Amino acid sequence: MKRKAIIEKTAEVIFIICAAIAILAVCSITFYMIFKGTPALSEIGVSDFLFKTKWAPTASDPSYGITYIILSSLIGTVMAILIGVPIALLTAVFLSELAGKRLGSVVRSAVELLAAIPSVIYGLIGMMVLNPAIYVLEKKIYGGDTDHTFTGGSCMLSAIIVLAIMILPTVISVSTSSLKAVNDSLRSASLALGATKIQTIFKVVIPAAKSGILTGVVLGIGRALGEAMAINMVAGGAVNLPLPFNSVRTLTTQIVSEMGYAQGLHRQVLFTVGLILYIFIMIVNYILLRARKKEALK
Amino acid sequence: MTKVKDNILKFLIYLCSALSVLVLIGIIGFVFVKGIGSVNWNFLTSVTSAFTGNKGIAGNLVNTLLIIIITMIIAAPIGIGAAIYLNEYAKPGKFVTLIEYAAETLSGIPSIIFGLFGMVFFGEALGFGYSLLTGSFTLILMVLPLITRNTQEALKTVPDSYRNGAVGLGAGKWHMIRTILIPSAMPGIITGSILAIGRIVGESAALLFTAGSAKLLPAGFPGLLEKPFQSGGTLTIQMYLSATSEGDFDTAFGIAVVLLVIVLAINVLTKVLTRKYTAGKER
Repeated sequence: MKRKAIIEKTAEVIFIICAAIAILAVCSITFYMIFKGTPALSEIGVSDFLFKTKWAPTASDPSYGITYIILSSLIGTVMAILIGVPIALLTAVFLSELAGKRLGSVVRSAVELLAAIPSVIYGLIGMMVLNPAIYVLEKKIYGGDTDHTFTGGSCMLSAIIVLAIMILPTVISVSTSSLKAVNDSLRSASLALGATKIQTIFKVVIPAAKSGILTGVVLGIGRALGEAMAINMVAGGAVNLPLPFNSVRTLTTQIVSEMGYAQGLHRQVLFTVGLILYIFIMIVNYILLRARKKEALK
Repeated sequence: MTKVKDNILKFLIYLCSALSVLVLIGIIGFVFVKGIGSVNWNFLTSVTSAFTGNKGIAGNLVNTLLIIIITMIIAAPIGIGAAIYLNEYAKPGKFVTLIEYAAETLSGIPSIIFGLFGMVFFGEALGFGYSLLTGSFTLILMVLPLITRNTQEALKTVPDSYRNGAVGLGAGKWHMIRTILIPSAMPGIITGSILAIGRIVGESAALLFTAGSAKLLPAGFPGLLEKPFQSGGTLTIQMYLSATSEGDFDTAFGIAVVLLVIVLAINVLTKVLTRKYTAGKER
């Protein structure tokens, strides 16, 4: 009898430890990001680091300004959201309101598969298809311009397009389920008042599903901010002001492309770049948790 | 007027929905057309050598497989254990909320951050260096939330009468979990594990600075046992290197074909499993 009690207790303790590992993981990741990311800040000075634009870590007089890098990440994310979210929302409308069983399952499967494709494949396709196409456009626009540094299509615009496609599955699936959760009586009431189906969707159903759709958008922001490999393959490799046809570096690609060889202060700075990305992501996560909590209370 | 507006909106809706399908077909089509020529038996079973000019990804396949095995052997029990605690033992309260917040936060952290953490913690602080083990430990943290969530969903569908029945017959809680709950939740657990494997196969940013990029095959069985402690690039890492620094697009597209086949297979498998599972429940 006593043996059984010991086994029961042991099992419970083991299960608690398993569950606590998630907490431990988040705490140690946070600790290490701060521990590794702050030394460079005090060495270079916060304002030099954040508000200087020149990035020349291997020069004899190194400069570690990351303003453009932060800007590239933020603008890339915002633009990808502006392009991707309307497409995703309309697709979600199709899936929840208009699609027949057959067509709906085709689109749904396609979206699921898009989510499962590894980001290096997005990067490869971007390099081979998107970059040449953007290069054609670049040559048309900057034809005789001698001031413009040609990127061969590896530029901000390519990064934005790839990001916009990569966030589609996340935003579509979250929006679809929140549209589906809208009570049918709302739809019937609107239709009975003489509104057309499309009017009902845009004036009644989407506003009713607003908070769920916003959750999807926030998830998309997190995804776009954190994407590294695909962007690294299509966005070029120079630190520049994030104009559409400039080669850019974002917070993530800066780490991916330089961590392999960085030494000393340069390496510490890359950890600081990671810390800044981590802070952005934590803000996004916090907004998500708040939104989820609100949803749960409803 | 309303009619015109409606039709324009309807057209836009169909256009956007078609876009996802077209992008997917475009990606799959392009990869297969460009890459299928590189994929043959030799490509899958030999190793790239600058000396003979041979191209092959056998080493990367083995590395990917080893990382999947090591990661899942550790992550699956922990993830399932966490789900059992949350579903069967925990009473709602601060601790549970904290765990759920932590799991959500963990699933929101980008893989490059996991990569940095894995490099400094498992690689440097614990001294595993660039190795398959460092990579696997890093990936464990990434797939844990996925396994826990799927197991929790599965546990929730097990009727309470099973639990009460078992306990009523005198079974201890652990006995009940082992003999009743886990078998009933098995399909959900397996689905979660397959999804986790898909995540591992597609992961790249978290592995670049943890598992390294070596592509040689381990020498025989002793070599296979030592391999976890050595550097090894997975399929995705090799594909990234082939497409960027090595400029070898034949290999890159060949690997892309292999990756897509794996991703498609995993997708079909989870669909079949889910369908079977839900069909069984309706009965």
